[in-house]
Amino acid sequence: MKERSRKIYCFLIGIFTLTLFVSCSSDDPKPEETETDDGYVATPQPLTVPAIFDQFLPIPSIPADNPQTVEGVALGRKLFFDPILSGDGTQACASCHKPSNSFTDDAQFSIGIDGIEGTRNSMPIYNMAWNFNSKLFWDGRANSIEKQALEPVTNPVEMHNTWENAVGSLQSHGEYPELFNKAFGTPTITKELTAKAIAQFERTLISANSPFDRYLLGENSLTPQEINGFAIFMDEARGDCFHCHGNEFNPLWTDNIFHNNGLDAIITDKGLGNVTGDPNDDGKFKSPSLRNLAYTAPYMHDGRFATLDNVINHYSEGLVYSRTIDPLMKAVSTGGVHLTEPDKADLKAFLLSLSDPSFINNPDFQNPN
Amino acid sequence: MKKIAFLLILAFVAFGCNNDDDGGNNTPTNADVSFKFTQTWADSTDVTPLNFNTNLYINDARNLAHITRLRYLISRIELHKSDGTTVAFDEYQLVDLADATTLTLNPALTATTGDYTGISFIYGFNEEDNISGAYEDLNIADWGWPEMIGGGYHFMQMDGTFIDENGETQPYNFHNGTAANNGVFEANHIEFNFDMNFTISNDATIEIKMDISEWYKNPLIWDLNDRSTGLMMNYLAQKDMNRNGQTVFSIGEITQ
Repeated sequence: MKERSRKIYCFLIGIFTLTLFVSCSSDDPKPEETETDDGYVATPQPLTVPAIFDQFLPIPSIPADNPQTVEGVALGRKLFFDPILSGDGTQACASCHKPSNSFTDDAQFSIGIDGIEGTRNSMPIYNMAWNFNSKLFWDGRANSIEKQALEPVTNPVEMHNTWENAVGSLQSHGEYPELFNKAFGTPTITKELTAKAIAQFERTLISANSPFDRYLLGENSLTPQEINGFAIFMDEARGDCFHCHGNEFNPLWTDNIFHNNGLDAIITDKGLGNVTGDPNDDGKFKSPSLRNLAYTAPYMHDGRFATLDNVINHYSEGLVYSRTIDPLMKAVSTGGVHLTEPDKADLKAFLLSLSDPSFINNPDFQNPN
Repeated sequence: MKKIAFLLILAFVAFGCNNDDDGGNNTPTNADVSFKFTQTWADSTDVTPLNFNTNLYINDARNLAHITRLRYLISRIELHKSDGTTVAFDEYQLVDLADATTLTLNPALTATTGDYTGISFIYGFNEEDNISGAYEDLNIADWGWPEMIGGGYHFMQMDGTFIDENGETQPYNFHNGTAANNGVFEANHIEFNFDMNFTISNDATIEIKMDISEWYKNPLIWDLNDRSTGLMMNYLAQKDMNRNGQTVFSIGEITQ
């Protein structure tokens, strides 16, 4: 009887101990997120958060199943600049997303491997880890960077490849299997791992060192023209840019959501409406960030404006009505807010103060191949 | 065997208490309280994420209006107990009709079961809370209110279109926040206090209702033909919004 009691006692102690472990599990630090299912651990490389973002923005959004690692970022960077993903081996992500153009290009519509133009302007790439609604492309059709990265490879007017073929090319390459092994613990390449690596690299593309950023941090001064331009930007009666394009406390300079900004009376490209199926979304496109405008011409989802002056003129006197036009385009009945020429010049000066030469020249963002 | 009995009693004490065990006695227990934000037009038409931008509404100035965007801020929600204590929730909520997830607030703090005598909250932020750039989630929502007119954050953004007196479709931007009067900035939030007796006996959901039509009619009939855009820096418009806002909110159902 005594022996049996001892066993029951030990059993209960065991259960109690187990309960403690189970009940405390939710508070335990998660295991190192770089560990793969089979136990491989790559080298963590957390994003370096700029001071101005640290001050005003939430922490960057990194998917739990694709943590940033040294090996993953390096692989993603190599893939981003390598034409191996395209159908004929001539075009890389970087062909239309060039560092010198803040990771867009200078064409209205980029041209794919078959010489065919796309229908939308190539989007610049930066500060992607702070795109919290995770809606990518001008029309928001991809809900993660990883999913966005899958599409150009198979788009018939872009890289015009199949993922089967692209993965085959990578798998038979002399370096990639080992690079995937280092990044993800497996030499077996998949399209998902390829997209994950590219996404890791893209998340490192952080731009937050413009003259205006340094002004906000108290590190430099702006010209009176730039300061007045910012006042116009923030003035509901004049620029009224801030409702969609951020402010000094939203240094992303975009709301990352979708608007019809009065470009066309007749909507020919439904944009978000094509994705949601909601006619109320027709003609809506994602607000682009205003950072790095010095490098990202032409402008708008269809690249219709060659210069920043054209853009300012559009909002000043070129607005046209359509059913889904955003009510924030409040002066549409008179074509816009009719800024004075000095105000236009000042606004432009401010907008250009958001450009960040250290971003486009960052050696970590250039072609490693 | 004594040890076994002791462990069983210990286990009973340790694991036997939960929220469902208060039946039959009056010992207060913790209760999760959530808040559901609903919108109506003249208390007759539900305005939901599914229909807010398709319905047409007629205000008391006979403006036929359409709502494209409606966001508003609620803060400092408190439940007042009959014993004089208060349950003060820390969270604020930016309600956005385009995002159904924002229509419910589940505070971290729990209430306790028992009798209550009132509910209070603030529409917008009071001066203590309305600090420019202080809230990361509001910053990325582009919710800031320009420094030149007082700073802090918007309290409401209602955008849409209406048919003007000439039969033309015109935009309106009914935005509310700090009122600026020649460089003097006035707090413009509204404190709501609802005296009402209710009992929380279990996890509960409290409905906070906005009657959108009240913004345009009580006490001032607001004609969008007169004031539709450029209202943020319009001191009188901001104060009139505050006047009309006093009757906008009410407490709806309490379910548990």
